Amino acid sequence: MQAIADWFKWLAGAHGINVSIAYDAFDRARFLTGLTTTIWLSIACIVLSIAVGLVGAWLQGARSPIVRAGVAGFVQFFRNTPPLVQLAFFYFAVSAALPMVTDQFGARVPLVNNVGWAVISFSLFAGAFNIEIFRSGIEAVPQATMEAAESLGYTRLQSYVYIVFPLAFRICLPALGNNLVNLVKTTTLAYAIGVPELLYAAAQVWSETFNVREMMVVLLVTYVAIVAVLVGFMQSWERKLRIPGYNA
Amino acid sequence: MKRLLKIAISTAVVALGLTAPAVAQDTIAQIKQKGTIVVGVKNDYKPWGFLDPTGKIVGLEIDLIDDVAKKLGVKVEMIPVTAANRMEFLQQGRIDMIVATMGDTEARRKIVGMIEPNYYAGATNVLAPKSANLKQWSDLKGRKVCAVQGAYYNRRVSEMYAPDLVVFPAVPDALNALQGGNCIAFLFDDTLIVSTLSGGDAKWLNYEMPLASEDPQLWAIGVRLGDLNAPFGMLIKEMSIEWHKSGRLLELERKWGIKQSPYLIEQNRKLKGS
Repeated sequence: MQAIADWFKWLAGAHGINVSIAYDAFDRARFLTGLTTTIWLSIACIVLSIAVGLVGAWLQGARSPIVRAGVAGFVQFFRNTPPLVQLAFFYFAVSAALPMVTDQFGARVPLVNNVGWAVISFSLFAGAFNIEIFRSGIEAVPQATMEAAESLGYTRLQSYVYIVFPLAFRICLPALGNNLVNLVKTTTLAYAIGVPELLYAAAQVWSETFNVREMMVVLLVTYVAIVAVLVGFMQSWERKLRIPGYNA
Repeated sequence: MKRLLKIAISTAVVALGLTAPAVAQDTIAQIKQKGTIVVGVKNDYKPWGFLDPTGKIVGLEIDLIDDVAKKLGVKVEMIPVTAANRMEFLQQGRIDMIVATMGDTEARRKIVGMIEPNYYAGATNVLAPKSANLKQWSDLKGRKVCAVQGAYYNRRVSEMYAPDLVVFPAVPDALNALQGGNCIAFLFDDTLIVSTLSGGDAKWLNYEMPLASEDPQLWAIGVRLGDLNAPFGMLIKEMSIEWHKSGRLLELERKWGIKQSPYLIEQNRKLKGS
């Protein structure tokens, strides 16, 4: 470990390629904090946005026109506004309107902190897209299949859970994968409200160490790696779910 | 394929900055030829460089820039910069010099030519609501403290007092977050805090600057390293001496309502005597 650090130190001195996170403990700690924050922020948003998509897609087929209009309005609002604007709206506008709570130091702090708003905002944003993605899958399930389920006495919820959704999910997995990759990349926007994710950490390092080029390269490589893991996971999931003989 | 690879490698080498950038010949001649001097300034740092009600950038630093432009007989183009991008802008040639409340540090001197004598000196402090009841720097430990990206004191303060720094891209964002109760204090230069508090804005009535200012830091005008000992750098240096000697900086300090800085008085006395 020490040898690697020494080599990077030599590289910085001899060639001016300053990868400070490799030898400076303070910079490295910041970068690792950024990495873990990005990873758990991504996982939390992926899980929540899929949940939003599942519930939303089910409600889209509801009998009540009010519920359907509500879902349509939600999708329109969160799909048609930029995620950065949504984030600023939540953090600077909505947060101020919510009641304050007392923290462990006895100070009055907002109910939801910046990390919380990032999770909420990105989950709703990606969730709106997931609703549409799941709808595309649901609409691709043949009408006859749904009628068959109905004639067998399935209720609407039962046929959604056991018949329609399992088929629809397989159909829309590639599109879902795309949206989730986008979601992971969108987490960098949390930088604007001071959430210590990867871009934030890298910007901290380069604005003090002046190694912008090196940190840009590190940042891009790190995101390629994170997204590669996600894509690999989605592909293996797709393979596992494949039904032999069913060409969806 | 081989050629493509060669191109890719040479592009990567250039992108990584392994080849020295072409050195500009004479910056003064270039500026005169263009008819404008392009300067990186702050537009969120009252009263050094800020937007007046009509949307124009004004302030003490802008007055200094006007002096330079008058001397060169050119027009001024101002580019708003932040602590995080100004040195990059200068290196890329997007601006000719930086006059943006830039602290003169050892690390920065490797990248930017710092003009001496320095035109001002600030120090680090926090802006906090009176209810936060901060008494000393160590009270910040573990608390959320707002800050602005790229400020030189972020690292020193986080190493010494271990606050939970929440760093924003620009000053207004950080002040907004402070007002929203998202942090207990705002870590910044004491000159900005003093001018914010003395601005008479009702929303800062219950705020104070509770700690003793720490880590005094000289501010400098930045030029490209290649310009530092070239005619352009020498010209700015001469003007900087003149600003101190003639009392121009003291006069501007009064004009913009800044608390009198001991540094300026001392420099004025020193340079006048010599």
